[in-house]
Order: sequence, then structure tokens, then C-alpha cells
Amino acid sequence: MEAVKQGSAAIGLRSKTHVVLGCVNKANSELSSHQKKIFKVDDHIGVAIAGLTADGRVLSRYMRNECINYNFTYESPLPVGRLVVQLADKAQVCTQRSWKRPYGVGLLVAGLDESGAHLYYNCPSGNYFEYQAFAIGSRSQAAKTYLERRFENFADSSRDDLVKDALMAIRETLQGETLKSSICTVAVVGVGEPFHILDQETVQQIINAFEIVGEQEGPAAEPDAAAGQEAAAEQGGSTDEGVAPMDI
Amino acid sequence: MKPIGKHSLLGASGEISDFQEILRYLDELILYDNMWDDGNSLGPKEVHNYLTRVMYNRRNKFNPLWNSLVLGGVKKGQKYLGTVSMIGVNFEDNHVATGFGNHLARPILRQEWHENLSFEDGVRLLEKCMRVLLYRDRSAVNKLQIAKITEVGVTISQPYSLKTYWEFSAFENPAQGA
Repeated sequence: MEAVKQGSAAIGLRSKTHVVLGCVNKANSELSSHQKKIFKVDDHIGVAIAGLTADGRVLSRYMRNECINYNFTYESPLPVGRLVVQLADKAQVCTQRSWKRPYGVGLLVAGLDESGAHLYYNCPSGNYFEYQAFAIGSRSQAAKTYLERRFENFADSSRDDLVKDALMAIRETLQGETLKSSICTVAVVGVGEPFHILDQETVQQIINAFEIVGEQEGPAAEPDAAAGQEAAAEQGGSTDEGVAPMDI
Repeated sequence: MKPIGKHSLLGASGEISDFQEILRYLDELILYDNMWDDGNSLGPKEVHNYLTRVMYNRRNKFNPLWNSLVLGGVKKGQKYLGTVSMIGVNFEDNHVATGFGNHLARPILRQEWHENLSFEDGVRLLEKCMRVLLYRDRSAVNKLQIAKITEVGVTISQPYSLKTYWEFSAFENPAQGA
């Protein structure tokens, strides 16, 4: 859980038909490349991680295998809910065996199902919850607050509004740094839209579009706009009362 | 014929004991599916693919399940009809048959099937096919059941027989032209 809190932020939010994942990609130095934090698991499922990236990669590989195996046997996409439970059970084993250590990574799993769009959070303890919106990683509380104010509208948001909200939530975690497409990654999955990561240019265009609007509205409007979509209470010490069970 | 889960129906010809074995596999499959209790359920396409995998793997091990399976179902308004043979050949079509049905019934169905058959017309068409099979397949008996699958569920009729006419002159002395 600590490892997740130290990792750089990742956020997710969903409407009835789309789920958007976003994350902050800070490179260690100017010389190095960014770490990959969003993985495509299948056409209808993607995952954003926060914490030990190596553990995240291993779990993504597991998820991809499960999806492919299910698809081969049943010629049908694996329901996200089932994948998440399998993942959670895998994580739980590591908490009960003395010779193992827990996976040090929190996963935001976004996927499409027969029953609609879903966003789940899997934590190292083996718990998982479904969310309308959520943020994990360092300085995610700011994003969560932003999302909390806005999440009631997400169910009916359009896809583009959802992406905009995701970027604004990411901006909250940056604490004043300018939001550029080079430091963040956004991915979308939705009805009729397989999971894919938006390329830098598209993201920059969207940022430019709402930065201009933001300036016109004036700084006073920004706090309102920043309502976090993500359900809070994933991390300990949250100020919400019982919005979601504590993961301790 | 047996209903499978909420959405499908499986019919088989061939070795009945192998069919019973298949039903046991499917029982387990549906049981686990229900145990998830998460609003997702295995539809006819999934069951068909699962059966294809089973049949094909058994054939690869030179230990086939000696059945030809027909699987039909309706899920979320989508209709599905598919077949798997004992060697794992599988396909979907608007009309499928096993054994002699492939030779005798499918030509009739190709001529007379169309998208908008009503249930009664469908039954009549099937009975026509079954009658031909009854006359011409030496291993057929005059007892059949019709199963109906809709979004709501599956109903299988009671067994009944077809009216047949054996007074055709060709039947009276079959060896005449030989």
C-alpha cells in the first residue's frame, strides 16, 4: 500500500459507455525515457498502475494471458469483473504465504462488459472495489477531491468530456506544474472503441483547448472545475465518511 | 436434447453415453458460471466454442466423443445456431443437421428456409425434413420432439409421431426396378 502511495499518480473515470485512464509520466531525468504505466490487456480491457512498475508488468502479463485463454475457449471477451476477481485472488495468496511478498502495485482496471463500462481498483492486499472514478499514487488526493465534486455527472458525460475531466484531474496532481502531453498519458476504452492510448498530439490539442477556456473563466472558476471524479477513501486517512471501505 | 444454462439448447446424435458425458462437462461449466454471480452468463456462442475445443482436443488424442452436436440459443436478441462434429469441425449457419440430415434435410432447408419463418412454419418445415428422413434413413424411428428457444427460455415438446403413408406403389415392391 505504501508502494502505491509513492508511485506517480494514475486516475480513472467512467461513464455508462466509456472509461478513461490517465497517468502522470515523470521521467527520472531529462536523459531517460518515461516509464510505461498504462497497459492494454485486451481490446476491451486496459490497466493503469501505480507503484512498483515491475510488479505491474508481471500482473499485466497475467491478465493478458487470462484474456487470451478465455477468448480462445469461448470466443468471447473475458468479463472485467471476473478478471478483477482472479487478480485479487492472486494478490491475496501473496499476503498469506510467509515466503512471498505482496505485489507492490495498485491497478486501475478499466474495461467493457455486457453490463456496461467498469472501473475497478485492485490493491496489493487483494481487495478490489468498483468505482465511478478514482485516483491512486502520490498527490492523488487532489485529483480525488476534483473528481468527488464532479463524479455525479460522469455517468452521462460524452467521451470527450470524460477525457477532458481526466486531464483536469491529472493537472490537480501536478501542483502547479504546467500540464503538457509529454508528462501524461491518457487511454480510452468504450462501446465501439477498443482500448487504445491517445497519442501525444491529440492529448496536447485537448489540453490546449481547455487551457484556453480555463484562462477565460479566470482562476476562481478552476477550483469548481476541479471536482475530482475519483471515489476517495482508497488510501487511509481520507476525509470522506464511508464513501468506500478503507483498504487497510 | 437438453437446455444449457439460460440461453441455449444442445442436441446430439451418435453415442448417447458420450452425450451424457458432454452434459456433465457442461453442467460443471454452467455451475462455475453461475457461481460467479456477477450478471454475466455464458451464451450460445461461448458454449459452442467451448464444445468445439472439447471435441477437437479429444479428436487430437485419438479418443473422440462420438457425437454430432447442434447448439442453438438466443441471447440479448441475438440468435445463434451452430454445430460441432466428432472431429471438431464447427460452423454456424441458419440451418444445420447431423448425419443423414446433412444429405436429406439440408437441401430442403436450403430451398425453403427464409429469414421470416414463423414458429409454426418452422415446425412444419422441420416435420417435412423429418418425414423424409423417416422414410429414407433405415435407422430412424417415428418419434420426435421439437424444442423452442427464445429470449425467455427453452421449451421442449412432448414426443410425438408423424403421419406416414406406406401405400406408395414404389414401396410395395421395392425390388421391382432392380
